Amino acid sequence: MAASPASDHAAEHGLGHVLPVKTLAATFAALVALTLLTVFTGKMDLHGFDLAVALIIATIKATLVALIFMHLRWDRPFNGLVFLITILFVGMFLALTVTDRSQYERDIHRFDRAHPAEAPTGE
Amino acid sequence: MSQAKLAHHFESVEQQFDTAKLGMWIFLLTEIMFFSVLFVAYTVYRASHADAFQYASQFLDTNLGAANTLLLLLSSFTAAWAVRCAQLGQKRGLMLNLLVTVVCALGFMGIKYHEYSHKYHEGLLWGGARHSIFKADPAQVLPEMKHGHEGGGESVWESHHVETMDPALKKQVGIFFGIYFCLTGLHGIHVLVGIGVMLWLLWRASRDHFGPDNFTAVDLGALYWHLVDLIWIFLFPLLYLIS
Repeated sequence: MAASPASDHAAEHGLGHVLPVKTLAATFAALVALTLLTVFTGKMDLHGFDLAVALIIATIKATLVALIFMHLRWDRPFNGLVFLITILFVGMFLALTVTDRSQYERDIHRFDRAHPAEAPTGE
Repeated sequence: MSQAKLAHHFESVEQQFDTAKLGMWIFLLTEIMFFSVLFVAYTVYRASHADAFQYASQFLDTNLGAANTLLLLLSSFTAAWAVRCAQLGQKRGLMLNLLVTVVCALGFMGIKYHEYSHKYHEGLLWGGARHSIFKADPAQVLPEMKHGHEGGGESVWESHHVETMDPALKKQVGIFFGIYFCLTGLHGIHVLVGIGVMLWLLWRASRDHFGPDNFTAVDLGALYWHLVDLIWIFLFPLLYLIS
C-alpha cells in the first residue's frame, strides 16, 4: 500500500486515494473487536474508571473510522484541520459548561432538596 | 461509465472534487455541533444525577445496543468499500456494497423500532409524556400502564415499585428518558436520511452515473454515513454501558 502524502496522490490514482480491501477489512475487524471489548469491560466493575475506559475505547474507534473509512489520513490536510477544529470547539463547549455546572453544584443540590416533588406532570 | 462534468467556475475536475469535499466536511462540522448540544445536556445531567442514570440504564438492553453497533460498523465498512468500487469503476461491487449498507441500516432501524415500542408499552418515557410511568403524581399515570400485560408478566410499574419510588429520583429518571429519546431519535432521523441517500446512490449507480473520474456523490454520501456511525460509537457506551 502506497501511503503517499496528500499532495502527490492525486496524480497517481486520479481523484482521491483508493484503499485496498485488506485495509478496510482489517479496520472493520479492529472496530468489531473494540466493540466486544467495550461490552466486556462495561460488564466489569472498574472501580470508578468505567466511564473513562468506555470513552477511551470509543475515541479509538472514532479515530479509526475518521482516519481510514473517512480517508482523512490521505485526504487534503485542510479537511482534517476542519475536523480537528470542530473537536476543539466541542471540547471548549463541554469544558466550559461542566466548569460552570461544578461551580453551581451546591445550588443545584439545594434546589433539588427544596423541590423534590416538582416532577413534570404532563399537564 | 460517465465522465465528470466540469462546471465553468472550476479550473479542473480535481479542483471541483476538492471543493465539493471541503463543502461536505463543513456540513459534517455543523452536524457535529448540532449533536454536541445534546451531548453537553447529557454530560451536565449525568454529572449532577449519576444515580438516576444508573437506575434508568437497567431498562436499556446492552445486547441490542451492541448488535446495532455491529450493524452500523458493517455498513460503514461496506460504504467505504463502495467508494473504492466507484473509484475503480466496478459497477457490480458498488451496487452490492450500497445494497448491504442499506440492508444494515434497515436492520438498525428494525432493532430501534423494537426498543422504542417496548419502552412505549412499559411507559419508560419522559415525565411529560402521556404514557409515562415517571409522573410526579402516581394518580396521573394511565391505568393501562400500571397493570400487567395480557400475555402474563408484570409491568415495569409493578416490578420496579415505581409508585413508592423516591420522587426526586423519579423526576431525574424521566429526564434521562427525555435525553435518551432526543439523542437516539435525532440519530435515528439521520439513519433514515442515510438510507435515502444510499438508495439514491444505488439508483444512480444502476444508471452508470459513476466512474473513476466521477464518484463525488458516492464519496460524500459515504462520508455522511461514516459520521452517523461515528455518533453512534459514542452513543452506545454513554447510554447502554452505564454501570
